[in-house]
Amino acid sequence: MSTGILEFLTIFVLAAFVGNEVIGRVPSILHTPLMSGSNAIHGIVLVGTILVMGSAHGAVQITLAFLAVILATLNIVGGFVVTDRMLEMFKAKPAERVPKAGVGDDATGGAK
Amino acid sequence: MTLQTWIDLVYLLAAIGFILALKGLSSPKQARNGNLLGAAAAAVAVAFTFLNPEVRAHTLNLVLTLVAMLVGAVIAVPAARRVKMTAMPQMVAIFNGVGGGAAALVSIVVFLIAAPGKPAVYRIAEVLFGVLVGCVSFSGSAIAFAKLQELMTGRPITYPAQQVINAVFAVAIVALAIGTLVTGSVPLLVATAVLSLVLGVIFVLPIGGADVPVLISLLNSFTGLAVAASGFTLNNNLLIIAGTLVGASGMLLTRMMSKAMGRSLANVLFSAFGSVVTATGGADGLGETRPVKAGTPEDIGVLLAYARKVVIIPGYGLAVAQAQHTARELADLLMERGVEVFYAIHPVAGRMPGHMNVLLAEANVPYDELKEMDEANPEMATADVALVIGANDTVNPAAKNTPGSPIYGMPIINADEAEHIVFLKRSMRPGFAGIDNELLFDEKTTLLFGDAKDTLSKLVAAVKDA
Repeated sequence: MSTGILEFLTIFVLAAFVGNEVIGRVPSILHTPLMSGSNAIHGIVLVGTILVMGSAHGAVQITLAFLAVILATLNIVGGFVVTDRMLEMFKAKPAERVPKAGVGDDATGGAK
Repeated sequence: MTLQTWIDLVYLLAAIGFILALKGLSSPKQARNGNLLGAAAAAVAVAFTFLNPEVRAHTLNLVLTLVAMLVGAVIAVPAARRVKMTAMPQMVAIFNGVGGGAAALVSIVVFLIAAPGKPAVYRIAEVLFGVLVGCVSFSGSAIAFAKLQELMTGRPITYPAQQVINAVFAVAIVALAIGTLVTGSVPLLVATAVLSLVLGVIFVLPIGGADVPVLISLLNSFTGLAVAASGFTLNNNLLIIAGTLVGASGMLLTRMMSKAMGRSLANVLFSAFGSVVTATGGADGLGETRPVKAGTPEDIGVLLAYARKVVIIPGYGLAVAQAQHTARELADLLMERGVEVFYAIHPVAGRMPGHMNVLLAEANVPYDELKEMDEANPEMATADVALVIGANDTVNPAAKNTPGSPIYGMPIINADEAEHIVFLKRSMRPGFAGIDNELLFDEKTTLLFGDAKDTLSKLVAAVKDA
């Protein structure tokens, strides 16, 4: 309790505004990766579960904390891996296809 | 500087990493790097957490932590690597649910540790918030998963006196929460947790399959808030920042999505969508008997081959048939013949927002050939053919013309403005929302029945011959 609740509330409010700002302009084509990416980010609760496990005593607390670490790891690892897999597939028009279209253009505008 | 200060500093850097990761997701070019940065930030933060003396104080606990992380990773990596892109919404629902569960457990264990002495009221309030929201997110995501995975019906589940029962549950939870707040009693907290799990279930049951994507985004935001609450409980800045970022951005995303469906969030969550659907359900029977024009792949092949502009409107049916590769083949073939082709993507096509973009990206369709609805609609009137593959609700003119329809007000792709409309459909079954589509009976419309992949291969052959 070295830091007061008010300071944490301040951080909370500022983070809420940043969260709103930062995704304001995400195009709808990226909504799925955004959802899964932000999903991965809240997996950082793993840090919380590790800390809690550190101070857990007795079978009940340790069992619950153990479960929590597993769940949080699923969240964070799965979230980032699946997002990466999705984003890997987003590619711009490959370079070889642009010239192909260009060849067609030349054929019609052959006088050039 | 003390060790804790160093750890906190690393947490701050990790928080910046997360913000940049979210920011990176606003453009397809930087998105992947953004995500990798987020992952790196998370890894560093987790590694530095092990420097905390308390974490290393008990060897047994430390070993158990490492074992649990190993177990989690061993399950998560193959699952995430192997999941089909069509099943992505379910996967996101699961990962989200377990995150909510973890946050709830963190809050519960912290409460148990502090239980012998009665903690300050605001401490208990933080715990309660984390438990309540985390549990709702956990069980709600589980039901959403079951709906998407078709383990249970995607239709809204309604039962008599649903509103009353839900209200009773809500009141009971509030009463238990106040009881916990006043007494600091562990059994009361456990009861609150159990009821919150039930609340998550009954909250999600009446939400129809078509609205589940919006729901997942909302639950994602809930989990974020639950994580932020655990951050308050643990006095941990990183958890507060990361959780709040996700909570706030998720809320915004949820609102944007409801807007794309032309409905308010409250309407998505609480409207008896199901009752309206059953009302039109009777009309489905009538619809089946009305005449439709069915075509042959050869006719349509010729129509496509000699068109100037073809707009492909894909829906989830395309993904179910795994036909995205064949669709691209057809599009490429048409483009080689000089036909102007682009894909018009409805924001809620597929089973989650932006899902169709992911599926087409998987089939190597470059993202610059994908046009968002607002960009595509002005071009529909000049299109010769609107090729609707496995989509239905997203082109249903009832959204514009039939005030009583459940989808009235939802922005649609104006396929009806094209000169010809071709539907590739498996059957006359209505779409995900369960609503009849007038466009199927339009005289400009030709239907090609059959599996989308099959039909598309036949079209490819027909276009080659044309």
